[in-house]
Amino acid sequence: MPALDRDDVAHLARLSRLQLTDAERDHYGEQLDVILAAVARVAEVAADDVPPTTHAVPVVNVTRPDVVVPCLSREDVLSGAPAAEDDRFRVPRILDEEEQ
Amino acid sequence: MTTPSSDVLMSFEDAIATFDPVMGLEVHVELNTLTKMFCGCPTEFGAAPNTQVCPVCLGLPGALPVVNQKAVESAIRIGLALGCSIAPWSRFARKNYFYPDMPKDFQTSQYDEPIAFNGALDIVVETDDGPQSITLGIERAHMEEDTGKISHLGGATGRIHGADYSLIDYNRAGVPLIEIVTKPIEVEPALAPAVARAYVTELRELIVALGVSDAHMHQGSMRVDANLSLKPRGRAEFGTRTETKNVNSIRSVERAVRFEIQRQAVVLSSGGTIVQETRHFHENDGSTTSGRVKEEAEDYRYFPEPDLTPVAPDEAWVESLRATLPESPLLRRARIREEWGLSEHEMQSLINAGALDLVEQTVALGADPADARKWWTGEIARISNERGLDVAVLPITPADVHRIIVLTSDGALNDKLARQVIEGVLAGEGGPDEVVASRGLAVVSDDGALLEAIDAALAAQPDVADKIRDGKVQAAGAIVGAVMKATAGKADAARVRELILRRVSGA
Ligand SMILES: [Zn+2]
Repeated sequence: MPALDRDDVAHLARLSRLQLTDAERDHYGEQLDVILAAVARVAEVAADDVPPTTHAVPVVNVTRPDVVVPCLSREDVLSGAPAAEDDRFRVPRILDEEEQ
Repeated sequence: MTTPSSDVLMSFEDAIATFDPVMGLEVHVELNTLTKMFCGCPTEFGAAPNTQVCPVCLGLPGALPVVNQKAVESAIRIGLALGCSIAPWSRFARKNYFYPDMPKDFQTSQYDEPIAFNGALDIVVETDDGPQSITLGIERAHMEEDTGKISHLGGATGRIHGADYSLIDYNRAGVPLIEIVTKPIEVEPALAPAVARAYVTELRELIVALGVSDAHMHQGSMRVDANLSLKPRGRAEFGTRTETKNVNSIRSVERAVRFEIQRQAVVLSSGGTIVQETRHFHENDGSTTSGRVKEEAEDYRYFPEPDLTPVAPDEAWVESLRATLPESPLLRRARIREEWGLSEHEMQSLINAGALDLVEQTVALGADPADARKWWTGEIARISNERGLDVAVLPITPADVHRIIVLTSDGALNDKLARQVIEGVLAGEGGPDEVVASRGLAVVSDDGALLEAIDAALAAQPDVADKIRDGKVQAAGAIVGAVMKATAGKADAARVRELILRRVSGA
């Protein structure tokens, strides 16, 4: 199993909008390696005749009718917001890709 | 429209003399379901911020999404109407990205297994040689969800640049979207911008006919991304493409494509390279500017959504949905044009006036097509232009117009009075009969009253009677005018003329 290098970790950090120090990159890279190794073992166990699946049980077409149900109150909605203003979630200035 | 400076653009004619444009159009349609894609929150437009959200569309831990049955039906119907195959088995995926318009930090979408694929749409483009029919390939139509609405505040412009912070309303997050993607479009280069416009126009009509979305581009319930690349004439492989977003009207689609052809042509012919990026369209001058460099598909780390089951429509269901498809707008227009005996031009002005449905409904009530067209594309269209509103939203119905036509052909109204009736109906004074009664608009059909007015007019202009007797019948016009004036326009001009001639000849 190829280990993640620093550049891989840096790339993932950028996609996740995380700023990591070099030490943190090494630290998380090691942890991600452990996770990847665990997944790789599953891949080893799965034989070619076992198709990949996302569900343990073969269920399809679980749907609901197009009927309105009550929503959360706005107080409840915003109670989980780090900050709120004007009935909306307030977040720090967004650095879009275009500014990076 | 200001003309962007020539150092950034090649003339369109020069550009298409050297390069072949390749287009790909991605259209997002917001469905008009009552609830969101994966939860029962309402989708009503314009609600107070964050009042239409729940744990599912907020992405709170443990919340479980469930697919909206109606949204799947709408997706299948759109797919069928576009001649697509419907996948017997398709899945949702998570498209991971970190941007606060999605509180879940991913968008639930379909990725490698869209519900509908491989279709086609016929369009008609106006060319110098008359209308030309072109078939465009449809790559896929898939289901996904809309994002929340972000407002950037504190900066000078309200755009991202310079904003100090952002406010988010998640009411729109999770509203069902269908994304419809064309196959690469390679047409006669000169036609490319018009083809893009005709495609969006035709697709919009189809969506409206299906009744699955109101497809208002200015309200964002239909949005277009235009991908464009150029390749030197004769080369087979595609060039690098850009994706222009923020194209908010059908006319803008044409302008955006045209601009990108001209811009890319300059870059390429001066030895530069095109960057694969998102570009923003600007309504004011029709230009596009560089946005972000596009993330690679792998950067979205798509994976199958474990919280949703696959969508596996069986054939019986698909066929029952196929049975609900309306007549295609293209065929319908051809049929109507033939039935009503309209020229291409007359048909086009009817469509441009946004009055086709209304005229058809008026005709269905028994009106003559020519009469129905006359009022809808005449007086009513004039008023709608004046008010800057669509004809369809004016408070006058096909039943009202039908009634006005009946009253006019019965001789109870003349055209002038009919226009006043329309004005009264639009002013909310009630139906045509009520307006006629309350405004006292009926034609004066009492010959006695008309003769009285005629005698008075003849007495005031004694030379007219002599002229008429000398054979100058057109002189009667002066008397007709005087009578119309005396009766406040409520006389039937033809009847008045008849009475004048009879009076003068002594009959
Ligand atoms: Zn919800």
